[in-house]
Amino acid sequence: MMGKKVAAVLLACLLVGGFAISPASAAYKIGALFSVTGGASFLGDPEKKTAEMVVEQINKAGGINGEKIELVVYDDEGDATKCNLFAKKLINQDKVVAVIGPSVSGLSLAVVPVFEKSRTPLISCAASYKIVLNEKSGKPYPWIFKTAQSDSHAVEAIYTQMQKMGISKIAILTVTDGFGASGRQELLRLADQYKIAIVGDEKYDPKDTDMTAQLTKIKGIAPQAIINWSVGPTQVTVMRNWRDLGMQKMVFFQSHGFANRKNIELAAGAAEGVYCPLGACNVAEVLPDDHPQKKVTMDYMQSYMAKYNEPLSSFGGYAWDALYLVADALKAVGPDKAKIRDYLENRKNFIGQHGVFNFSPDDHNGLSKDAFQMVIVKDGDWVLAE
Amino acid sequence: MRHPWFIRAAQRMNSISFATQVLQFIVTGLTVGAIYAMVAIGFNIIYNVTEIINLAQGEFVMLGGLVMVFMHVSVGLPLVPAFLSTIFLVMLVGIVMDRLGIRTIRKPSVMTLIIATVAVSIIIKGVAMLLWGKSPYDLPAFSGRTPIQLGGVVVQPQYLWVIGFLIVVAVGLTYFFNRTILGKAMRACADNPSAARLVGIDVEKMVLLSFALSAAIGAVAGMTMTPIALMDYDRGAMLAIKGFGAAILGGLGSFPGAILGGLLIGLIESLGAGLLLSGYKDAYALIILLAVLFVRPSGILGNLQVTKFKRF
Amino acid sequence: MLQIRKAPIAAGMLFILIFPWAADRIPGIDHYPDVMIFAGIYCLITIGLSLLMGYAGQISLGHAAFYGIGAYVSGILTTRYGFDPWLCMPIGALAAAAVAVAVGAPSLRLRGHYLAMATLAFGVIVNIFFREQRQWTGGPDGMTGIPGLSLFSFEFDSILSYYYLVWGIVAAAFFFTIALIQSPVGRALRAIHTSEPAAAAMGIPIARYKIFVFAFSAMLASLAGSLYAHYMNFINPGTFDLFFSIKLVIMMALGGMHSIWGALVGAVLVAFLSLEWLHFFEQFEILIYGAILLLVTIFLPEGLAGLPAKLLERARRPS
Repeated sequence: MMGKKVAAVLLACLLVGGFAISPASAAYKIGALFSVTGGASFLGDPEKKTAEMVVEQINKAGGINGEKIELVVYDDEGDATKCNLFAKKLINQDKVVAVIGPSVSGLSLAVVPVFEKSRTPLISCAASYKIVLNEKSGKPYPWIFKTAQSDSHAVEAIYTQMQKMGISKIAILTVTDGFGASGRQELLRLADQYKIAIVGDEKYDPKDTDMTAQLTKIKGIAPQAIINWSVGPTQVTVMRNWRDLGMQKMVFFQSHGFANRKNIELAAGAAEGVYCPLGACNVAEVLPDDHPQKKVTMDYMQSYMAKYNEPLSSFGGYAWDALYLVADALKAVGPDKAKIRDYLENRKNFIGQHGVFNFSPDDHNGLSKDAFQMVIVKDGDWVLAE
Repeated sequence: MRHPWFIRAAQRMNSISFATQVLQFIVTGLTVGAIYAMVAIGFNIIYNVTEIINLAQGEFVMLGGLVMVFMHVSVGLPLVPAFLSTIFLVMLVGIVMDRLGIRTIRKPSVMTLIIATVAVSIIIKGVAMLLWGKSPYDLPAFSGRTPIQLGGVVVQPQYLWVIGFLIVVAVGLTYFFNRTILGKAMRACADNPSAARLVGIDVEKMVLLSFALSAAIGAVAGMTMTPIALMDYDRGAMLAIKGFGAAILGGLGSFPGAILGGLLIGLIESLGAGLLLSGYKDAYALIILLAVLFVRPSGILGNLQVTKFKRF
Repeated sequence: MLQIRKAPIAAGMLFILIFPWAADRIPGIDHYPDVMIFAGIYCLITIGLSLLMGYAGQISLGHAAFYGIGAYVSGILTTRYGFDPWLCMPIGALAAAAVAVAVGAPSLRLRGHYLAMATLAFGVIVNIFFREQRQWTGGPDGMTGIPGLSLFSFEFDSILSYYYLVWGIVAAAFFFTIALIQSPVGRALRAIHTSEPAAAAMGIPIARYKIFVFAFSAMLASLAGSLYAHYMNFINPGTFDLFFSIKLVIMMALGGMHSIWGALVGAVLVAFLSLEWLHFFEQFEILIYGAILLLVTIFLPEGLAGLPAKLLERARRPS
């Protein structure tokens, strides 16, 4: 009997929950779509935390033009269907002026048509260049921008470093999700340009327990360096396997997905000597004082760590950049979707966490490969590589 | 110590030879396979007594890893007490699962019971996410991380722990089911629950015991794999599926089958990733699984006659 | 089970017809018709599954694969070869049926958990192909630019028009399936479910019927996939993974395995729970989803479709 009552109450809660939301209409309303839970939570979680922190900071400082901003966050859980529904809900029901996110390339691509159709600015926090490039016309989608560096930037940063080190024969290891697949595509595409031969091309699953088999195969080919493109626990496991197999002669490069000090800790010593390209916000302390991003990155790092008491992950920085860009546009042109779009498209010299953005009608990402700092792990911390 | 010829051959060469590579694939495959085998054994224990496939089996593994991290790293208990208390706690979860989730179902059809285990697995995962958050956790390896070199083949010490625990579990269960009254009573329930009840065996207690036992084995798998692969709240479902595949491949209900199935799937994955296109490695294992089922509809060591008597 | 009452069908149809009008007038739920589109798409799959699981007694943990086959056939043929979207639907359905027959013939000999594992393995393998055949499918990031549907210069590009399109197709599938259940085919299926040996003794070609139902449910799932692809204008492998197959079985369990009504109720309920209601609970979402599922299996093992009968029974015999 008891259980039945509980069930009834639960159902009633659900129904009421469905009706109880009352959309308060603030003019300065910004939407956010992040993968806070699910397989991509390592992206969405810091992004949500960062966005909430930034809104708090802006409102505490008096808001924008005297108006408080309101942030509506939905968790798409890494699911394309949910992301699509939430996107339409943000636009039609919450009536936001612009949306930041989604966290993942695949989901950003999934909602591009929604934002194009409804003529609402979207600032994606995901990597794929396809998000801001309509491959049919060769031009950016008018309403879509993104703050995350493209995978090609990370690949170019790595390849440039390799040229400096005289490396020309490499093997690549990629995870079989969207992150790994799009990294792999860029690695293969740009290799010729940098005169790099890819002699091994291995993959593993995001939930795999051990990558010794793939690495052993690479060991047999004996390349000069290995590039790993993944996120989450597997990027740590693969590094440990590399160390345990005694492959240190092959220099290990991680993607920008490695951008969290926690990973160095989890690697239990195996990360020593590993290279990776990082956004400025990860290495704020080691940046020279005259670096243009020194101030914003230090501010972000200190306030984030003070508020959430956890190490900064550079993914949160994408949300920082996206939200401040919207705030910047709101301040300049007010809550008008079309004006925000026009303003963003011509925004130059915006100093963000992941670089200095210079948008143009042909470039809705506004970054170059210089947005990445090449970093090497030394004594359990990042050091800028020469 | 004199190594076999192929290892000596590998030692003579500077770079790693093909034979050494294959050996390395086998070592890795056996280790990963041992984890799958332990999950498959857990499936079988519950299946034999209840005919349920407990899809929350993977969550026991996940809990084993995360509780061990809590006991050993956060609380700071030494290895052995941490190990034992983790087993105890996860067993408790298994018991609670049976009491609150499985036994309360009024009209238990096999399908309803399986859905109930899915529900429990979702709940366990949800609780683990609330307790530990979403980030992965590491556990120090039981006996250090200095790899052992056997010829060109590299063996992490933790590999030996995983395989060793599989052997301990296998030997322990064989003893339990063949030599102890309790184990024999459980087997009787598996063969014929109504007859078992007639001779005075408390079937409900046996079901409870089966959940406790398979939770304990899941916990062991989780604790031994965490130093290799880290652990996070979201890992259970994938492990459950691999373990289910192993149990089916070997033949449901058969313990030697579970071990064989687990090791085979681990080997196929590892050899497939090493020798063929690594992107398809999961597909190779499953294609072989399907092929086996089409030829032997009750798995390698399963008994078709027995399956016919089952309700599902 | 056999007799089909007209009143619930009329009530259901009326509800579907006026739902968008009503939802538009209640603040806070004016986006519900959008959720109902996905609910309708799920209904198409579960109608086929109820025939397979409820009537033929076969479990499938791989139907997401057929859903995906429909979606990818539509996506690939329209974006690469310029096929008309309407033409892709029957092509996808036939492809799914062909795959179902090829896989079903050896699989359906398997029983119980073995069948569950075989269908699961099939689903995972298909999903790996969606992911790895990058040149065709776009890989894990998915496939963009899939055109919407239109008919004689009428574009189904609004939520409302697509809502009525999807639910019109669901209604057609519903009536077709009811006709099928009442035909000799349906009787044979029920005989198989009750007792296979008895059915065989009566001369029913069991294997052929099982494969027929498997293929039929695959075609419905494929059709649902096509509708999904043309509505989203985008597909990715994650939508068609193993966890969606499990979600389909959860829909069946929540709604009730043994009736076509259960299939509809379960699909709509799970669509609203997972796409709309549960996210209010934020980090407790997973927990509450599991709890609801467990409570239903404990207290309503027949599923929600069994609830009216239960209530009626209780009302008649006050104890």
